[in-house]
Amino acid sequence: MTKFQGSPKKATTHVNQNEGLIFEKSSPGKKAYRLAELDVPSVDAAELLGSAVRSTLGVMPELSEIEIIRHFTRLSTWNYAIDLGMYPLGSCTMKYNPRVNEVVSRLEGIADAHPYQPESLSQGCLGIMKLLQDCLLEITGMDAITLQPAAGAHGEFTGILLVRAYHESKGNARKKILIPDSAHGTNPATAAVCGYQVANLKSNAQGMVDLAELERMVDEDTAALMLTNPSTIGVFESEIHRIADILHAKGALLYMDGANMNALVGKTRPGDFGVDVMHLNLHKTFSTPHGGGGPGSGPVACKKILEPFLPTPVLVTRADAALGLDFNRPQSVGRVRAFCGNFGMFVRALAYILANGPDGLRQTTEDAVLNANYIRAKLSGTFELPFTTPTLHEVVFSDRLQAANGVKTGDMGKRLIDYGFHSYTVSFPMIVHGAMMIEPTESESREELDLLIDALRQIAREAAENPELVQSAPHTTRISRLDETAAARKPVLRWKGPAASIPLTPDTAAKEW
Amino acid sequence: MRYLPKSPQDRVEMLAAINEVTPGVDSIDALFSTIPAEFQLRRDLAVPRQHSESEIIDRFRAFAENNAAGYASFLGAGVYRHYKPVIIDSLVQRGEFLTSYTPYQPEIAQGTLQAMFEFQTMICELTGMEIANASMYDGSTGAAEAMMMAVRITGRDRAVVARTVHPEYREVLATYAQHQAIPICEVGYAANGRVDLAALDAAITPETACVLIQSPNFFGTIEDVAAIAEIAHAKGALLIVSIAEAVSLGIVRPPTEADIVSLEAQSFGVAMSYGGPYCGVIACKEKIMRQMPGRLVGETVDADGKRGYVLTLSTREQHIRREKATSNICTNQALVAMMATIFLTVYGKQGLRELAEHNLAKADYLKNALGAEAKVLFDGAPRFHEFVVDLPASAEDTNTALLEHKIIGGLPLARWYPELGPNASLWCATELTTRAQMDAAAASLRAIVPATELTRA
Repeated sequence: MTKFQGSPKKATTHVNQNEGLIFEKSSPGKKAYRLAELDVPSVDAAELLGSAVRSTLGVMPELSEIEIIRHFTRLSTWNYAIDLGMYPLGSCTMKYNPRVNEVVSRLEGIADAHPYQPESLSQGCLGIMKLLQDCLLEITGMDAITLQPAAGAHGEFTGILLVRAYHESKGNARKKILIPDSAHGTNPATAAVCGYQVANLKSNAQGMVDLAELERMVDEDTAALMLTNPSTIGVFESEIHRIADILHAKGALLYMDGANMNALVGKTRPGDFGVDVMHLNLHKTFSTPHGGGGPGSGPVACKKILEPFLPTPVLVTRADAALGLDFNRPQSVGRVRAFCGNFGMFVRALAYILANGPDGLRQTTEDAVLNANYIRAKLSGTFELPFTTPTLHEVVFSDRLQAANGVKTGDMGKRLIDYGFHSYTVSFPMIVHGAMMIEPTESESREELDLLIDALRQIAREAAENPELVQSAPHTTRISRLDETAAARKPVLRWKGPAASIPLTPDTAAKEW
Repeated sequence: MRYLPKSPQDRVEMLAAINEVTPGVDSIDALFSTIPAEFQLRRDLAVPRQHSESEIIDRFRAFAENNAAGYASFLGAGVYRHYKPVIIDSLVQRGEFLTSYTPYQPEIAQGTLQAMFEFQTMICELTGMEIANASMYDGSTGAAEAMMMAVRITGRDRAVVARTVHPEYREVLATYAQHQAIPICEVGYAANGRVDLAALDAAITPETACVLIQSPNFFGTIEDVAAIAEIAHAKGALLIVSIAEAVSLGIVRPPTEADIVSLEAQSFGVAMSYGGPYCGVIACKEKIMRQMPGRLVGETVDADGKRGYVLTLSTREQHIRREKATSNICTNQALVAMMATIFLTVYGKQGLRELAEHNLAKADYLKNALGAEAKVLFDGAPRFHEFVVDLPASAEDTNTALLEHKIIGGLPLARWYPELGPNASLWCATELTTRAQMDAAAASLRAIVPATELTRA
């Protein structure tokens, strides 16, 4: 294969491909702001603050408005996004983020509501929370809910605190939380933050909960099982009611990680199949944008027995039908976040539910499952399918066939970037060696799915015929594989002036496709 | 359903393709056959019917109209009304930022990563710390994470928290501490509204991992960070400074003596939005970097030696370390951190100072205006833009009466500080508070206070 040689001085792309750091673009005296005219007497800060006054602001940027717009717009073009194409990321539910959600979250009266404004002047915000709570309770089949947790892991923390408070109310907080080896890393981390030991539950040959093993492990010291259902391999735990029975027989509770709720909405309800407490990820199932890593929102729904322990405040309907916040909750686990949680995400999630209605929510789930099974059917000859159990919203392949030729799941994920996609989830769940975890969501058309299928088949061919090409991917991105080892060994976590910075090099664009 | 990109024919053909490979899967229901029949939902969910886009907007407009509209507000208390330059929204609504995933694939996420690196740098400059993470959920949970970080670093298991820290932050600290077996000892305030230094000194024991204060504190008073640091460090405890009003950093000396700073960046261009989403961030000294919770962006090079950015030191995090991680945090507040980054870039080196000066001036004017009608508490220490007023009548009653004048008064404090009496309330002015609003508030107080007193008598 011939390699195009670019000369170092030849600029093949616009300067925007080499956008520097904002600090490198800054010049003293430039401004992008003008404050409103001060309508009160100005003050002498040094006199008012004394020794508490600040002398210098260090290296903060100084630019004009157009330069700021260009800087961030240029940076944005280096990102992949749902608006550009599919994210087959398993467990992440990267679905379309409707724009009307953004519009309503910015409405005057909503965006500028202060959390301490009087209850009488907050009925709109409380009404949004009430309607969202009612919808989420109906969707999950649970009895009570808090919207306070700020993200999924924060919801797990809250849910396990409820479990703990429940057991404490019975006189014994118990010692351990059972967690399947297929679980998300947040599950064991959460158990630890809540003061519990983690007991690892091995999956059976189908990648599901091993009932005999569960029965053997559950004892009077077990506080709960944290179960993702459908599991991280996309399989619905068909024996879920028996799992619940085994736990309940020993007084333990069933916690459900709702990360995969997109497979269930409108088709089945966790509250009906024995779950005691669960969290939802509004930024997964309910379409609030991921924003490059947040904000999320992680409501926690529970059964009646756990309701007294919900974080304060709790939304209540008062005698005069007005909505209010109840702070008088003597058995509460306490507050997990200031104010009422990521309210702006509640607005977006509710707008999504309204846009769908009951029929749309069910069709959404059906399409998500149809999409995943379509990919599974089309690629099962190409990649190894470690578990043949029927799956719902995602499918997990392994790289075993390609690894024989030295090509690993991570390599193929990187190569997928060259075909215009984000990688699938690499090396997770840990029960599958060389896992390739694909969740298309309902947002992908058949055409986009066929493009992904073609790309993965082509990559499998490349892995057989030209493994080096895959191993060194991606080849079409602005930058190639980054040295993560160096980044961790000698961390550079902030700009320290031109002297300390790696200089920008001209983009020679000598790329091999 | 308008978000679903499939024709009925697509569904039929896709199902047929599946059926070819897995005979028996001949209907959508068959795809769900692993769900036991008894648990399959055979009815419509009882949620509102499908709405058109215009109906959704109308419905939320109706909600919005049920909130405060047309009131002059003097609320602060951890949530501040500052101007948000319009380019923040135009930029963060770009799909490339709004709809991108956590940057685990750095080759196609350099936009988010470089912006986060810039965010980390600016937070370091502002707080006087050496490193900063890429965000936490908010100021309250950030403070709790900072406390747990101090426990890990020192190997000690107690915390001393000032009562002048935001009451809701203290509630969150208590929730996190109780199951980590971290006893919290609260320290009161002196007559000037600052931490009582003698009481602080007495409260710190050899088991104290950290002293956690807020500055400007909940009363708006700026703490003597240097003096507190000396007391904490003399006994081997770390100092954590929580900052709920980030705009103060434009004019208030940064808490360089602290070991950890936990900042709430809502003031940097983030809508109040009834309490969230906001943006916490932890900054600290470099030597304790490996105990930092949350994501960190670091600089590195690609295979061609080109500068680029990656998420780094991830061996601290839950997806690698599971139960041994420094925190269970996964999703953070990336897009909100982006808003803060753009805000800081717009105001920049000069603007942040000028903005903070305007806040000082407005609050000084409000203090004088209200001071003519009521007693301002905690004199003798510098303030930023909030202060406590001891009204002539109950703060709750006064506020109810002020609503008639289209004014939302300061936050009544009796709920959290009963010792200040029923009349104490916390007032705030920002650059957006107008002189006319402040004059009107003072005049309204003058008009209603005797009336309120009359009803109470």
